[in-house]
Amino acid sequence: MFLITCPFCGEREQSEFKAGGEAHIIRPKQPTELSDDEWAEYLFMRKNIKGVQLERWNHANGCRKWFNAVRDTNNDEIKAIYKMGEKPPSI
Amino acid sequence: MLKNLRVKTSKFIDETTNVSFKFNGKTYYGFKGDTLASALLSNDVHLVGRSFKYHRPRGIMTAGSEEPNAIVQTNDNSAFTEPNVRATEIEIYDGLEASSQNCWPNVDFDIGGINNFLSPLLPAGFYYKTFMWPASFWEKYEYVIRHSAGLGKSPTEPDPDIYDHRYIHCDVLVIGAGITGIMAAKTAAKNNLKTLLLDEKTELGGSTIYQNSDFIKINDQSTSTWLENEITELEKLDNLEIKTRTSVAAYHGYNYLLARENLTDHLSKDDAKNKVRQRLLKIRAKKVIVATGSLERPMVFNNNDRPGIMLSSAIKKYADYYGVATGQKNIFFTNNDTAYESAISLSNKGIKVEAIVDIRENSNSEFTKEAENLGIKIYKNHTVVDTHGYKKLNKISIMELSKDGQSFTNSNKTILDCDCLGMAGGWTPAVHLFTQSGGKLKFRDQDQVFIPNKYPSDQISIGSCNGDFELDEIIKNTSKSLREFLNINQTDFDNLDTKCPKDKIVRNIWLLPSDEVIGKTKPFVDYQNDATANDIKLALREGFRSIEHVKRYTTTGMGTDQGKLGNMHALGIIADTTGIKVGELGTTTFRPPYTPLTFGTMVGRNVGEYFDAFRRTPMNDWHIENKAEFENVGQWKRAWYYPKNDETMHDAVQRESKAARDGAGILDASTLGKIDIQGTDASEFLNRVYTNAWSKLAIGKCRYGLMLNEDGMVYDDGVTTRLDENHYIMTTTTGGAANVLSKLEDYLQTEWPELDVYLSSVTDHYATASVCGPNSKKILNKIIPDLDLSDENFPHMSFKNAKIDNIKCRVMRISFTGEHTYEINVQANFGKSLWEMCMEAGEEFKITPYGTETMHLLRAEKGFIIVGQDTDGTMTPIDLQMDWIVSKKKYDFIGKRSLYRSDTMKEDRKQLVGLITDNPSEVLEEGAQIVANTNATPVEMLGHVTSSYYSPNLNKSIALAVVRGGKNMMGQKLIIAMENKNINVTIVDPVFFDKENVRLNA
Repeated sequence: MFLITCPFCGEREQSEFKAGGEAHIIRPKQPTELSDDEWAEYLFMRKNIKGVQLERWNHANGCRKWFNAVRDTNNDEIKAIYKMGEKPPSI
Repeated sequence: MLKNLRVKTSKFIDETTNVSFKFNGKTYYGFKGDTLASALLSNDVHLVGRSFKYHRPRGIMTAGSEEPNAIVQTNDNSAFTEPNVRATEIEIYDGLEASSQNCWPNVDFDIGGINNFLSPLLPAGFYYKTFMWPASFWEKYEYVIRHSAGLGKSPTEPDPDIYDHRYIHCDVLVIGAGITGIMAAKTAAKNNLKTLLLDEKTELGGSTIYQNSDFIKINDQSTSTWLENEITELEKLDNLEIKTRTSVAAYHGYNYLLARENLTDHLSKDDAKNKVRQRLLKIRAKKVIVATGSLERPMVFNNNDRPGIMLSSAIKKYADYYGVATGQKNIFFTNNDTAYESAISLSNKGIKVEAIVDIRENSNSEFTKEAENLGIKIYKNHTVVDTHGYKKLNKISIMELSKDGQSFTNSNKTILDCDCLGMAGGWTPAVHLFTQSGGKLKFRDQDQVFIPNKYPSDQISIGSCNGDFELDEIIKNTSKSLREFLNINQTDFDNLDTKCPKDKIVRNIWLLPSDEVIGKTKPFVDYQNDATANDIKLALREGFRSIEHVKRYTTTGMGTDQGKLGNMHALGIIADTTGIKVGELGTTTFRPPYTPLTFGTMVGRNVGEYFDAFRRTPMNDWHIENKAEFENVGQWKRAWYYPKNDETMHDAVQRESKAARDGAGILDASTLGKIDIQGTDASEFLNRVYTNAWSKLAIGKCRYGLMLNEDGMVYDDGVTTRLDENHYIMTTTTGGAANVLSKLEDYLQTEWPELDVYLSSVTDHYATASVCGPNSKKILNKIIPDLDLSDENFPHMSFKNAKIDNIKCRVMRISFTGEHTYEINVQANFGKSLWEMCMEAGEEFKITPYGTETMHLLRAEKGFIIVGQDTDGTMTPIDLQMDWIVSKKKYDFIGKRSLYRSDTMKEDRKQLVGLITDNPSEVLEEGAQIVANTNATPVEMLGHVTSSYYSPNLNKSIALAVVRGGKNMMGQKLIIAMENKNINVTIVDPVFFDKENVRLNA
């Protein structure tokens, strides 16, 4: 059970949050113009890195805000937190 | 006759307070401060249990939580009973009852003991080898195996004790209050750090607190005297919380630890009454100092498990701490100096030590010289080859070891009489918690121990759990570690004058040789699971290589003690046999909990009605008063049906369903999710999240919407009403409300932040009564006479603001039953009044309250789907034959693109259809499989029944089902294959009742 620092509420226990998978996957603006393969790439393909990963998290049992986190999946260390729309910090 | 083996007054035992307890039905006495083990030993009771597989007699082996043998059932035949409790940890109290496990009829005469003689037939893995054929017999074998499996007996009644949870945050957590733990806690607390010190024992001080050797001193004081003073000073410190009888169970990432605090297990049942028994501490520590000490290793030789064979350090503790002689003719068997230390301590108390059998060729420390001075016979370079005595040790045989330690110099065997044998096989650092936290170990070849290497979080290990075994290095290294870890310049322990014996030699032989042929010997490695060195070697011969596989095949280390004593020997024996170094083999994974936890501790207060949170509607009391049965929907308690007199569920649902269509029905619909949507882009937002178009919905109108996932599958549905230009209220399914809100927030915040839309959950803010049936209009007219209910003013799928007296309400004319229906929403606290008002107004029209079951039946008659019942996350709107709700004009909505994937466009996907049975009174089972041809092999499964009811309004059985390609199979005959019959059905349109929607608009 790790600790996550919500950028709006501060440090809280993991149980207050919901993981939202890989970050920076942008929904295509014109889905109907994509081929099946291109759409499948957006819809299904996700990385599952052993190491440092950029992830989406939601403070579901708190302020309900979504934000991004840089997490090392080896040891769950959260190296950085940044808001939606911001560029990932270089780590 | 009972002997009293109490030898000397001990300051840790209150000899003025006699405690009476029962063991196996017989009454014994001990003193306050005794454990069950020390009290039994003082009464000369060694035999306390039987082993798991061979039912061999077993005694007390240790004096701590690592005990593998002396595990007992406490308070048998009462609700307080607990199995597998270590006798070495139970503090006795008046009225304690304990009994042996795994034996029948009793521990002295155990029928299962025959397994010991059958043991050549029961090698490692014999279950897998023996019970393989004939395959059809497995069920019979299983019955027998299940009955012989397990150790103690589970309680049969609910646990009457109270348990609790507590969160603790601290700067420094110190685990273990031995000498280094005390040093750490004092240093941390004196440096203004909020410190928590935990120890599983009753007293602080670990093994040092009863260490009075003349050869080991600090500042010229005995170590116990020095440590007592330190503890006295420690207890005065402000920043420190000390908890004894508290065992750390788990060490997770982020320095999050779980510990069990034992509060009343040492008290009599009267004293413990109404008090919290155990508390689970959830600890978040900024820094953790692990000072868990080390565990003494046994020796692995033939028949090393008889009652009377113990760890040398345990014998010393029973003598020095409890004042109990564990034997009158003691022999020690050792590979290092520890046994000498114990032997000297015993001799000084007047307890007879006959001999020390030492596998080393020489040792010249002060301890060995002192033992010789005391006249103890020392057999150097000798090993024990066998032990004798079935229920109690009475003799051992020893032989002289060869140079390589694998055989003997000659065939001479010496027999020595003894009643207690103390094994000293060296020490294993207790690194369990360190590795649980993710720490990596390294192997130190010189003394064959795994010690911490890489710390995964802000923590250190100090003392013997870090591989420091001698007092001088313990003090030196601990104070240095503390200075660095706490970033301070000095500690109280930087300049202590320590004295301890030097030149300690260790000779390590993991498996000692025997003069018997292998196969006739029983050198136990894991006592609790009866795994021997021979089992491990067999596993290796059969091709097992990984330590994790050998562990599971032989069950070594898989008992309730998790192999605290024997795991190192298992590794050593594998290393010796395969030629791979121990350090390269690695260890098995140490998993929480370190010692067993009770279920009570884990669940704390979350039992009974507090097990899970639940939600009740404002009308709940009325439902209870009117004898409703309830069902759980999400967290909600929803009225399921309202049985009258002795009605069965079927009868009640049939009555309610008929009444709702014939006269009037009323449903508590308060649980439906309600999301308030506001903002200038609200319409555009709805366009994007629902499959149909919303821009043109007029103010005051309602529309049904279907929400998809991005993969095109139906996610949720419900009616949304336009309250104003930029204001909507969306309803969702009861169970899906939270997820829908979360999904909508996700899109708003991450994909479409440019949209001006605000979402609020208002589910709990409103209570909703849904009044349906031919008389619903008349009833509503009585309640809200001012409201014009004409079809022109208030048609189906529209909304009106209204007032009942002075209470504002929102009335929607929408229907899930196919009947003319009004849903009346009021502020939640008026919900019950509204309901009662409807019941009163409806009385003359025989208004009938109906529950969720009737609601399901009525909507099935109309062919309306329930998301989650008729869909399962693999159904598109097209599959549901709901093409009409998918906008062709809209450029995009969530899931649109997926509806044109090659897979979602396949013609033979499972599609929603109606089913009617050939026999109209036969009701199908939901989930039943649908096939076309029962003669094919294998039979192709075409689909399954999703909803099925007996319709009282149609007087026949109806069902909804999903069938592969079902859309094009209207009128086709299919078969529902049941266990013992086939039911013939015909595919029909899923709308069974009032296809023309006459009743809706009536």
